[in-house]
Formats: sequence, C-alpha cells, structure tokens
Amino acid sequence: MSNTLTHLQRLEAEAIHILREVVAEAERPVMLYSVGKDSAVMLHLARKAFYPSPPPFPLLHVDTTWKFQEMYKLRDRMARESGMDLLVYQNPEAAARGINPFDHGALHTDMWKTEGLKQALEMYGFDAAFGGARRDEEKSRAKERIFSFRTASHGWDPKNQRPELWNLYNAKKHKGESIRVFPISNWTELDVWQYIQLNDVPIVPLYFAARRPTVVRDGMLLMVDDRRFPLQPGEAVVERSIRFRTLGCYPLTGAVESTAATLSEVIQETLLTTTSERQGRAIDKDAGGAGMEVKKQQGYF
Amino acid sequence: MTDTSVYQTEALIAEDIDAYLDKHQHKSMLRFITCGSVDDGKSTLIGRLLYDSKMIFEDQLAALETDSKKQGTQGQEIDFALLVDGLAAEREQGITIDVAYRFFGTEKRKFIVADCPGHEQYTRNMVTGASTADLAVILIDARKGVLTQTRRHSFLCHRIGIRHIVLAVNKMDLVGYDQSVFDRIVADYRAFADSIGITEFTALPISGFKGDNITALSANTPWFTGPALVEHLESVELDTTAAAAAPLRMPVQWVNRPNLDFRGFSGLIASGTVRPGDAVRVLPSGKTSTVTRIVTLDGDLDEAVAGQSVTLCFADEIDCSRGDVIAAADAPPEVADQFESTLVWLDDDALLVGRSYWLKLGTQTVSVTVAAPKYTINVNTMERLAAKTLDLNAIGVAEITTDKPLVFDAYTTNRTLGGFILIDKLSNRTVGAGMLHFSLRRAQNVHWQALDVTRAAHAALKHQQPAVLWFTGLSGSGKSTIANMVEKRLHALGHHTFLLDGDNVRHGLNKDLGFTESDRIENIRRVGEVAKLMTDAGLIVLTAFISPFAAERDMIRSMLPGGEFIEIFVDTPLEVAEARDVKGLYKKARSGSLKNFTGIDSPYEAPENPEIRVDTTRETPEEAATRIVDLITGNRNETWMPTI
Repeated sequence: MSNTLTHLQRLEAEAIHILREVVAEAERPVMLYSVGKDSAVMLHLARKAFYPSPPPFPLLHVDTTWKFQEMYKLRDRMARESGMDLLVYQNPEAAARGINPFDHGALHTDMWKTEGLKQALEMYGFDAAFGGARRDEEKSRAKERIFSFRTASHGWDPKNQRPELWNLYNAKKHKGESIRVFPISNWTELDVWQYIQLNDVPIVPLYFAARRPTVVRDGMLLMVDDRRFPLQPGEAVVERSIRFRTLGCYPLTGAVESTAATLSEVIQETLLTTTSERQGRAIDKDAGGAGMEVKKQQGYF
Repeated sequence: MTDTSVYQTEALIAEDIDAYLDKHQHKSMLRFITCGSVDDGKSTLIGRLLYDSKMIFEDQLAALETDSKKQGTQGQEIDFALLVDGLAAEREQGITIDVAYRFFGTEKRKFIVADCPGHEQYTRNMVTGASTADLAVILIDARKGVLTQTRRHSFLCHRIGIRHIVLAVNKMDLVGYDQSVFDRIVADYRAFADSIGITEFTALPISGFKGDNITALSANTPWFTGPALVEHLESVELDTTAAAAAPLRMPVQWVNRPNLDFRGFSGLIASGTVRPGDAVRVLPSGKTSTVTRIVTLDGDLDEAVAGQSVTLCFADEIDCSRGDVIAAADAPPEVADQFESTLVWLDDDALLVGRSYWLKLGTQTVSVTVAAPKYTINVNTMERLAAKTLDLNAIGVAEITTDKPLVFDAYTTNRTLGGFILIDKLSNRTVGAGMLHFSLRRAQNVHWQALDVTRAAHAALKHQQPAVLWFTGLSGSGKSTIANMVEKRLHALGHHTFLLDGDNVRHGLNKDLGFTESDRIENIRRVGEVAKLMTDAGLIVLTAFISPFAAERDMIRSMLPGGEFIEIFVDTPLEVAEARDVKGLYKKARSGSLKNFTGIDSPYEAPENPEIRVDTTRETPEEAATRIVDLITGNRNETWMPTI
C-alpha cells in the first residue's frame, strides 16, 4: 500500500517525537552541536520538529580550539540560519595549560571534551543534552538507551539503565542529575547520508574530496589545517585529494584518499568501503576494546 | 553456502549509484527481536546477518578475530557473539545482559534487530526489546527442542502483542539436517503455541553458524521448501498498514505557539489517517473542531498517517494541551480512571500495593495506585498463582486506579494508548510496565456530589483556616505527647481541632490492617482521607503516626490544597527512642517477637524538608508545643509559614 512509510520516514518521525518529548519534560534542554554530519542531521530534525517555531533550546559547541576551520565557518552559519542561540564553551583550564593534541595525547580529549562538556553543562544548568550518537557506531553505544541517565558527576552506569518500553521515555530525575538524549540512535551511517541527500542538509565541505595539504603520521593521513601543525623531522606536506568520513580535532582525525566530490559519490564510496567510519578516530583505540565504554562512564558523551 | 546477493548489488552501487539510492530510499523498515538462551546461537545468527550484509567492516573483523582467540568459545573460528555483546561485563562473563540494537539492510528493507538476553533474570530487558518489535525470532537448539525458556519467551512476545513469530530451529548441522528432528520440534511447539493463543508462526530449519536457510535455501535441507529467513523477514506484512486504517489517535506532545497568529498541536500519529477538513474530537474534554492544516517544514501536507510526526491546526480555538488526545470525532477512545491491566514488574524493589506511582501513557502522566494482584503468571508453566505483590520480572493481572481520568484504548487495539510505564515517585526509576485490558468503570459516570455548603463556608463559620498538622517520627519519639499538648493549646485559643492518634485508629477504622509494608501504606492512606474530610468540614486536624514512608506523606500533601499540609518531624535519634521504650515495643522487636518494627527491621524515611522539625534532645515537649502553636498561629515572624 502507498501509505507504508519508508525507513527514513519512520526514523525521522521517531527522532522528532524524541526531540519534542524532551522539550516537553526537561527544564533546560540543550543540543550538543559538534558540526559533524550527524549533528547536521540532528539540527535539521530539530528544525522540523518545532517548525514554524525555532527549536526552543540553544546549541552548545564544546570547542577544543583544534577543530577544522571549515567547521567553525559552518557552525556560525547554521546558528544564524536556524535562529538558535549558539553557546561556545572552551575549558579555561585546558586553555591556560596549553593542552593540545600534539603534546598531550589522551589528556587533550579528556580536558577539552570530557571535562569541557561537564563544565559547560554545570555552568548553564542544562538537565538534558541532545547528542548525535548512533548505535551502529560502536559496541557499547549499541546497548545505550535513547534517554541515557547521568549521575550528578556525569557518570554512566551501563548495568543500571532504565528499561525503555514502546516510545515511552521516563524523563524524571533528581536535582543535579541529567539526561543525554540520542534522537538518531537507530540511524545507520547510510541512513544519515541518504537523509542529507534527500533533505539538502548543509554539511562541512571536508566530507567531499578536494586537494588538501596532508602529512602521513603513524599510519594516519592528517590534514595540515593551520600553522599550529608541527612537522617532525623527515615529514613533508604533500597535497592529496582527500576527504573525511568523520570530523573531530584536525590533528586527531584521519582522512581517506578519495575523489568522491558529490554526495552520490561519497555514498557510493561509503557503501563500497571495507572499514568502519570510526576507524579514523584515535579515541576508540584507548583502553583496549572497552575504550568508549570507559570514557562514557567518566562522563564522555 | 551463503548467498549475499539479497543484501546489496555491489555492481549496481559501482555502476549507477543514483539508481541504487533511488531504490533504497523507498525501502520499508521492520523491527524484530531475537530470543534464545546463551547456547541457542542467537548472537551467532545476528553476527551472521550482519556479516553477510556487509555491516561488519575489516577493522571490526580484525578486532573480532583477535578477541575470538582470546575470549571466544568457538576455538579458532570467529565467535560472532563477541561482536554483539558490547559491554565489558558481558564479554567477561560470556552472557548477554542488556538489549543490543543492530542494523542491517537488504534491497527491500531496513532491519533493526533487538538482541535480547535469554536468562529469566533479564526478563525486563527482553520486554524492553519486545515492546517495539514487529516480529520475534525464537531460536531453538535442534538438539534440545522446546525448553522452558522457549515457552517463556513465546509467552512474553505474545503478551506484548507481537503478531509475527518465527520459530528458528537452529544448529540443524549438528543433527545431520534431519527432517524428523525438525518436524518433532515444530509439532511440540505448535501444541504449546495453541495453548497460549499463538495461532500462527513460521518455522524454519537453520544453521546460523554454517549459514543454512539464512539468505537462501540450503542444499542440506532439500525437504524444506522455504522461505529462507531473510526472504521471510523481507516479505512479512507490516502492521503500519493496519494502523493507518484504524480511527485517528494522536497524543498531543507539545503546543506550538510561535506568535499570536499560529497555534498548532504537535504529536506522533498513533493510528489512523488525518486530512484537512476532518472532524476531530479532543479528549478528555470532548470538544470538537475541524483540522485546517497539517504543517511541516517542507510545506503543508494533504494527508498524514500513523507513524508520522506532524503539527495540526484547528478551525476553532478549543482547549488542547500536552496529555490530551486528538481523535476521530465519530470514533473517540474511552476515558476512565479504573482498569484491569497486565503488569510486568521491572524493579528490584517489589510492587507496593496501595503506594502511589506515576503512570505514563502516551503523553499523559497521572498518579496511580495498584490493587493486590488478582494473580501472577508463572512464565515457565503458564500457571496462574495467587500473589500479594509483584517481584522483579513477575507478570500479573491487577486493577489500577488513577487520580485523574485517562484517555485510553485496550492495548490489543492500540499499543500507544494501551501501554504504560510506572515510575517510582521517589527514586524516579521505571519500575513497571503495563497493558490495559478494559476499564472497570467509566469516569464519565463518577461525579463528585456538588455540595451547597462549601468547605470555605465550613471554615468561615469556625473563623479558621483548616489544616493538617502531620506529626511523623519513630515509635517513642514523642509524637503523641507533643500533638496532645498542641491540641490542648489550640483548643484553649478557641480553634476547632481533632487529634487522630495511631494507636486509636488501629483499634477501630483500621483494625483489619497489619504491619506489612502494604498494610502500613493503606493505614496511612485511610488516615489521610479521613483527615482530608475533616479539613473539608473546617477542622484543624492533628495526626500522630509513625508514617515511615516519604511517598505516603507526599501523597497526602498532594491531596490537600497548598499550604494545608504541615509536616512536623519529631526528630528523636533511634538510641534515645529505644532507651525510652515507653510501650516496651523495642525490646520485643529486638528479641524478634515483633516483626516489621520501624527503625529495627523496617525503614524510616526521614522528611527532607518538613515545615517544622522538633529536636527532642534539645527541646522539651512543652517548649516544642509552644513553638509549634506560635508558628502556626502567626505569633512568630516566619513569613513562610501558612497561618491558621
């Protein structure tokens, strides 16, 4: 029958329902906006959920100061277009200590992202934060609820998750506790790409192949995005046709060599690839197989 | 063996990506669960589906190979279970604890698989996974046949309303692909299925490990005519078609009001179809209007169906807010406040009969109390058993009563308007899930008797503001002593008062109640109701009850108008109360001859923010009584205190 909804229509309806439930039940919601493609889809869904009103919550960018320049540009543009407030938070302690991805390794993520996020949520008193994580990304995320509770110290207890039946979400919490909410939990990487294509969702141009200055380091193809990139002896900046499957801090995000310059070509490459998208992320490889689970227990998104 | 052509045509992706995408954007979606125990090969089957549909990438596979050698249970072979058991604790113990959601797709459909744990102790997690599923795959080990857990899983899936059941007889390779083994298991299962009301199921002989009859019919089972598992999953009719044909139901989530010219009602359509011009009725008010627009960011729609999130505008300015249900004007749902319901208990703390919980159904949240269960069901034998409560993972049938009318449909008619969760008011945990059967009385028929002499008139004649002075504290803390003195002084000041004392009430009104947790809750509930009637009559009521649970004290607070409940915590340390032991009860409790004694073997939940706190180690009863009377009559300059 013609009125059978497609998988994308069902996923969209589910995400919009989740966004509205949080707005109806939380006191101070916020959307964590990382400027990546998943954030782009989540922001678009929020605009749909509350149209013709602008989404009734601000965007929060927990900035590490090491994102790609193109990301900062799109971030500011999308804040303008959506009519939402953009809050940018940089951990002052990390700034004072000059924490950077070249010299501090795992401490960089911990201070700028994990600690920065906790500080920002506490400073503004947000009790619900939307995130663009998907269950197909990583094995501990596959087991995380859509409404994921965090203690007052932001910890996640994987063994004590609230049962989540039907589409009934229990948003009740004690003072100081907060919820991380993942409206696109049930989307796959392909779903996200198709949705971007069908809805003309603006994304950072770095997802498309172009000639960019690169360095190969520790088996990763890194882009030299600004002058802060220190070259090691023997390294040379080489221009290559590259693109990114995932975006984070530029010194920690591996590119792939590619000529996919259109959305169709990007999707084509995604479908034919044989490695997972988070493969280019240094963060997942910490602490053995349970890297993400441990980070989440400490308060990482 | 495995034919992966059903998943994606790599040639098409490579040659004409746009044609491929066009095809895939019109896919439908099926959500299913897999149930089985640790050894039935459930995780292996899911791993196989993901692997064959190319949802496992090289880097993940490399990690899996390493892990399989280190922790796996399949020797040198890849242990797919490690792929789906995502939590560190699960990998260490080799068991599935929580539901994992997995995704794969074929040319025709996208699939969301909820991989559910099999152990009885994780029934709550299985029910979570089942609640959103269109179909259930019940795995059976061909060597073992229909087991207790097969029955339990089937029963739960059926109760939660899953219409499509697939019986996957797994590990056929280990029984030599013997048809007679398969036939016998199917016959056994059919006998059981009939007995619990499952009229239809599809049985398949498979091997998740070897890949038989997963994506294509296997040469090892020439006697099996199909369909293969994936083919079946692709062709099962979706419930959404039926849902679109049912009468309109849309719980209102949020009122969209960007400016004075626009007022829209946002929600997810639970059933039915809506078009501009349709007559709708808003429940529970029953007001009617006409839909003028279906608003979306992509432009107004001519039609929206079950499963879509939309915003509706009406022709008339009628009251409509979160919790209301927009329905077809000529086929509205019922409104009631007392129901029979199936309950599944999800919390470590058992159901407390009479305790007030939050009930969330659709977008409605109300207070509810649960009566003693009519029976529980032994999920292994399907026997009905008598029960006083519901423990973790128990399933039973009970009457529930809400404090406000609830808009509902029977669960079997509409999952959204018939399924609910129960939330503990103090811990905020989701403690139960339920499915409404039918209403026991219509709220429309229960009217409050309109009284000509109002409560304000009663109070005015007495020249006082009614109130309940609720004394709470341990046995022997001094509640009755202080309450008595307070009453005497108020009486002397010309106030109309009445003192309800714990011991006295238990000799009369509540002599049928004992001291179990649920009897103590009922004891307090009755006292609260009596106190409320007395305040309606204009009296100042003093009560002296241990009232150990915060939930009941809060319940009585919520029954009374704001400011009329004054909680007085008589704070005496246990050692002091026990040393006094006026009635000799502590001694009995310590010796074990008195059970469920507060402070000894039953908890006392001290008030966090009482209006008045009396520390009996610093104040004499006389001093405390004077201070209380001064506070409530406004003799002291405490602006927060309501005065009588």
